[in-house]
Amino acid sequence: MTQTKYGPARALPGEQIAITTNPDTEPFWLAAKEHRLTACQCANCGHFRMPPTAYCPICSSRDKAWPDLPGTGTIFSYVVCNKNPKTGEDYIYVPVVVDIDGAPGARLNANISGVDADDVHIGMKVRVDWTEIKDGWVLPNFIRDDAA
Amino acid sequence: MAWSNQDKCAIVGIGATDYYVRGKSWPRTINDMAGEAIMNACADAGISVRDIDGFSYYSTAGAGYLDKFDTASLMETLGMPHVSFSATLTSGGGGCPGAIGLATAGLVNEDCKYAVTVMSLQQLPQHRLGVVFGAAAPSAENSFLQPSGLVGPGHLMSVLARRHMHLYGTTQDAFGEVVMATRANTHNRPKAVRKAPLTKEEYDASVMLADPLRRLDYCLETDGAVAVITTTMDRAKDCRQKPAVVHACAHGGQREWGRAFAWMGMPDPYFASSGHKFTADRVWDQSGLSAKDMDVALIYDHFSPMVLMQLEDYGFCEKGEGNDYVLSGKLRYDPETGKGVNGGTPVNTHGGNLNEAYIIGMTHIVEGVEQVRGTAINQVKDAEFALVSGGPASLPVSSLILRSA
Repeated sequence: MTQTKYGPARALPGEQIAITTNPDTEPFWLAAKEHRLTACQCANCGHFRMPPTAYCPICSSRDKAWPDLPGTGTIFSYVVCNKNPKTGEDYIYVPVVVDIDGAPGARLNANISGVDADDVHIGMKVRVDWTEIKDGWVLPNFIRDDAA
Repeated sequence: MAWSNQDKCAIVGIGATDYYVRGKSWPRTINDMAGEAIMNACADAGISVRDIDGFSYYSTAGAGYLDKFDTASLMETLGMPHVSFSATLTSGGGGCPGAIGLATAGLVNEDCKYAVTVMSLQQLPQHRLGVVFGAAAPSAENSFLQPSGLVGPGHLMSVLARRHMHLYGTTQDAFGEVVMATRANTHNRPKAVRKAPLTKEEYDASVMLADPLRRLDYCLETDGAVAVITTTMDRAKDCRQKPAVVHACAHGGQREWGRAFAWMGMPDPYFASSGHKFTADRVWDQSGLSAKDMDVALIYDHFSPMVLMQLEDYGFCEKGEGNDYVLSGKLRYDPETGKGVNGGTPVNTHGGNLNEAYIIGMTHIVEGVEQVRGTAINQVKDAEFALVSGGPASLPVSSLILRSA
């Protein structure tokens, strides 16, 4: 059905991207600044939750852990987009929803690059690729994990 | 278990403005259009606007996401002497039919006598819903979504549609059939924005906005207002029109759907769904009915794949069989017989958000009322039960069963 050839998928330009944090989410972003991929884990029962929230939905504990994760994952779903959302110019980017290895139930929404958009597929193994964004923060994006 | 408010209230008045292409309603204002819709609904019901003493909103009383309604302003504008019920269902368009259940609560409690539910939508350039998520400064929570460039509702639905295609073999042809089948119902509707019948070739040529979704899989962007009046059955008998009886109404959802595409954390099979399973089960439980009992289904259609997924969640077909159900023509309305096609239940006999107008779901309630009154332009023969759904979106989503009196 889709005959379009999109060509290379590109991450959206980091200089267009801003984030904000709150006390629940900031440890994730501080780890990212050090190129460490983590996810919010309940320090009581071990359940992962993303985005980080004040309470564990399983055991209601407020205690959080921020383990170092392998930085790999699997594409759960994706969409091929063709316009830069900030500028409206032609721009092939592929938002991917990624199941994060080592953090069952936790996902990240990111861009994938280093692969043609036409070749992105559900089940594709990916690994983290750090993108510098506004205000000194760092965003986890992904590239194809050729080692997988 | 039967709903304790079953058949205790009815929608007795429906009113609307003209429908305008996005931004074209200016220099009318939100309150100007809301007032016209409310007064038209009162005239339809045969009551005075000054009889209204209840307001039951949804979408957080928002005319979209930026402008807000204000009961105090509407009271002063329209001259209502007093108001004794004013309440809003939370979240967005998913609460549209649920607002009728909220009205029912106010009426059965005898807090009010006539409750109005209104949506007035004006998408001036700075208020465009289609870019709302990207335009907003990222909160701590959407800092986990927005940087990916998932900024428009179409981007978000495409991710769900893609997963459905992966799990069940669903095709873009089925999305196209949703659009074509409902487009076929607007050629005779004077107020519809898109009236020309749609061919498969035209659908296939529609520009790809967020692969797998094309421009024609996206709903219209419309300005305008729609209002409906709900009252108790004893008062309904004195109104001008045959009552559209509120037979069942539910809102809510389960945590697996939760924030839905505001986060993308839903596990299978909820991810590739409409998030309506919980609410669907509730209205069927409230009524003792099932999908096969519905004579017409007014399914919230902001994006074509979400119609297919709602048909699964409401049980018109099994989970994962939406593709074949849709492609067998079962959404279509046959004007010759006044019935469905191939054993299906006609869907969106008014053309829906995709083809007629997008007033955040209110047109679906209006069509449900007209169908059970027997006055619809594309009337389903002997329509007794109409299903109306809202959403899919972050919870709550909602649904309503209207019954002919």
